[in-house]
Amino acid sequence: MNQSGSLLRMLDFYWTNMKMAIMLEFQYRVANYFYMIGMVVEPVIYLVVWSTIARAQGGSVGGYTPGAFAAYYIVWTLVRNMNIVLTPYAWEGRIRQGRLSMELVRPIHPLHSDVAFFAGWKIVAIILWLPFALFLSLIFKPELHPTWYQIVAFFFSIWGAFLIRTMLLSLLGMITFWTTRVGAIFELFFAIELVISGRLVPMSLMPEWVQRVAAFFPFQWTFGFPIEALVGQMSPSELLRGLGMQALWIVLGLVSVNLLWKFAIRQFSAVGG
Amino acid sequence: MPDPIISINQLSKHFRVPVREGGLRASVVSLFRRKYNTVKAVDAISFQIDPGEVVGFLGPNGAGKTTSLKMLSGLLYPTSGQLSVLGFEPSRRQSQFLQQITLVMGNRNQLAWDLPAIDSFDLQRSIYGLPADQFKQTRDEFIELLELGSLVNKPIRNLSLGERMKMEIVGALLHRPQVLFLDEPTIGLDVTMQRRIRTFIAEYNRRTGATVLLTSHYMADVEALCKRVIVIHHGEILFDGELSCMVEDFSAFKTIGVTLKNGTADLRRYGEVLSQEGSRIALRVPKSATSQVTAQLLAEQQVDDLTVEDPPIEDVIEHVFAQGGAQEVSL
Repeated sequence: MNQSGSLLRMLDFYWTNMKMAIMLEFQYRVANYFYMIGMVVEPVIYLVVWSTIARAQGGSVGGYTPGAFAAYYIVWTLVRNMNIVLTPYAWEGRIRQGRLSMELVRPIHPLHSDVAFFAGWKIVAIILWLPFALFLSLIFKPELHPTWYQIVAFFFSIWGAFLIRTMLLSLLGMITFWTTRVGAIFELFFAIELVISGRLVPMSLMPEWVQRVAAFFPFQWTFGFPIEALVGQMSPSELLRGLGMQALWIVLGLVSVNLLWKFAIRQFSAVGG
Repeated sequence: MPDPIISINQLSKHFRVPVREGGLRASVVSLFRRKYNTVKAVDAISFQIDPGEVVGFLGPNGAGKTTSLKMLSGLLYPTSGQLSVLGFEPSRRQSQFLQQITLVMGNRNQLAWDLPAIDSFDLQRSIYGLPADQFKQTRDEFIELLELGSLVNKPIRNLSLGERMKMEIVGALLHRPQVLFLDEPTIGLDVTMQRRIRTFIAEYNRRTGATVLLTSHYMADVEALCKRVIVIHHGEILFDGELSCMVEDFSAFKTIGVTLKNGTADLRRYGEVLSQEGSRIALRVPKSATSQVTAQLLAEQQVDDLTVEDPPIEDVIEHVFAQGGAQEVSL
């Protein structure tokens, strides 16, 4: 098969898999809504706390007014939806229970299935998210005035965040090939991510040394950067640099996943079928 | 002679398994001093399978059948030995190789549980890059052969076990693989469903000339589909040859069925009486004494009808397992 044929085949696979995910997630739309309600609680707590602090300090903290915090955390909810990927727990399950076997006999890498399926799920998530965003906006009144190039950069950055996090959590999940259980390592990862990604608080409010440390990790490109791309004051060149950093982390992640996969798959004992 | 499509030479798979005694103390000790056992799941087995053959791969639970199938389909890396399927080394899992094989496991699903099978079939089409018309033709042909009809529009979770298994088989064969690894494809199914799936596999083999390696605990599957069987036990091959030869070689007894004209008689002196229903008596006699006992019965009794039969295949297989590694036969 020539290259264009291979590409078309891959696109067809992605589209078909995404359609499957969309059908599946619409079938469970009520469950998805409850899932989303649970997820919105976290940023609303952050928002209420920081808005209260801002008001107590005369109207702003580090340049963030309550309206700016509202914009940050409402956009946060969409970014969080976008960077949900197959968790290491799911990797653990598919490896320990042997479900991976049926995926390995297909002539397509399981990572493609994961990316395609979750990409489909994102489409449903965005549609279900819109009423939430409207509701939160009516209550918290965000200050949000993005330019056209910020909107374009935001669109690409949320998909970039999705891909970076897919690589990161796949790498973590693949540790299960050796350790059988990866939950404890995931919890540590989650704690670090919470602090240095922009998930807990905008990175600019963190101490300078934390920001310097964070620059060596990919986390801020999965949370802070996409949010700032839309709600911040980034110039076009800063946005391009950010998207470039995301691309770099995606490539690094892809190389690492491929490398680890080559060793990891030799460990697979295909238990339980 | 065509080149074999599957070729295995001295293939082994050993697992290193942690072991410890029960109890808290042993659990704590194992933190500092771990002990491992090496389990020889498959130990230096060799065989070849020609294109188009349907071979039964038999053995008790834990014999090494599934481990062998997993190595053949590229899921497991062998510990040692050579392995070739369709000219490929399965563990490299090259796309061209995976495109031509399928693995069906009776206890595993690959179709989406919550969606109708028709959607999962479409996903299979995209995975294998099948041209739309070829896909549609194959899909409709299989749906008709297995009498699935409108069931393909129901979510998989709403189907019975047998219906689900039929869907799984359709999904696994849509790309028309040349080599089929079937691991207990009829497990848990009723007799009618087993028969339908057997018929379908036989028909697929007849139409496409595909090679089939089948494991099953149901001897009816093996008798209906496989001319040749390979018996494996404790990771070693005990028998490789035609099913009829295995019966001949390993059945130490024959069953003589006699219908007497005068109703009933005490036939215990001729052999072990297995059953007696009216004037019909079944006797188990050593194979070597069959001719002599038959002649005696005909001479000494008023016989209306007499048949000599091989024992059920299950009994023969049990006999092969019982012999274990004591008698290794290769035909």
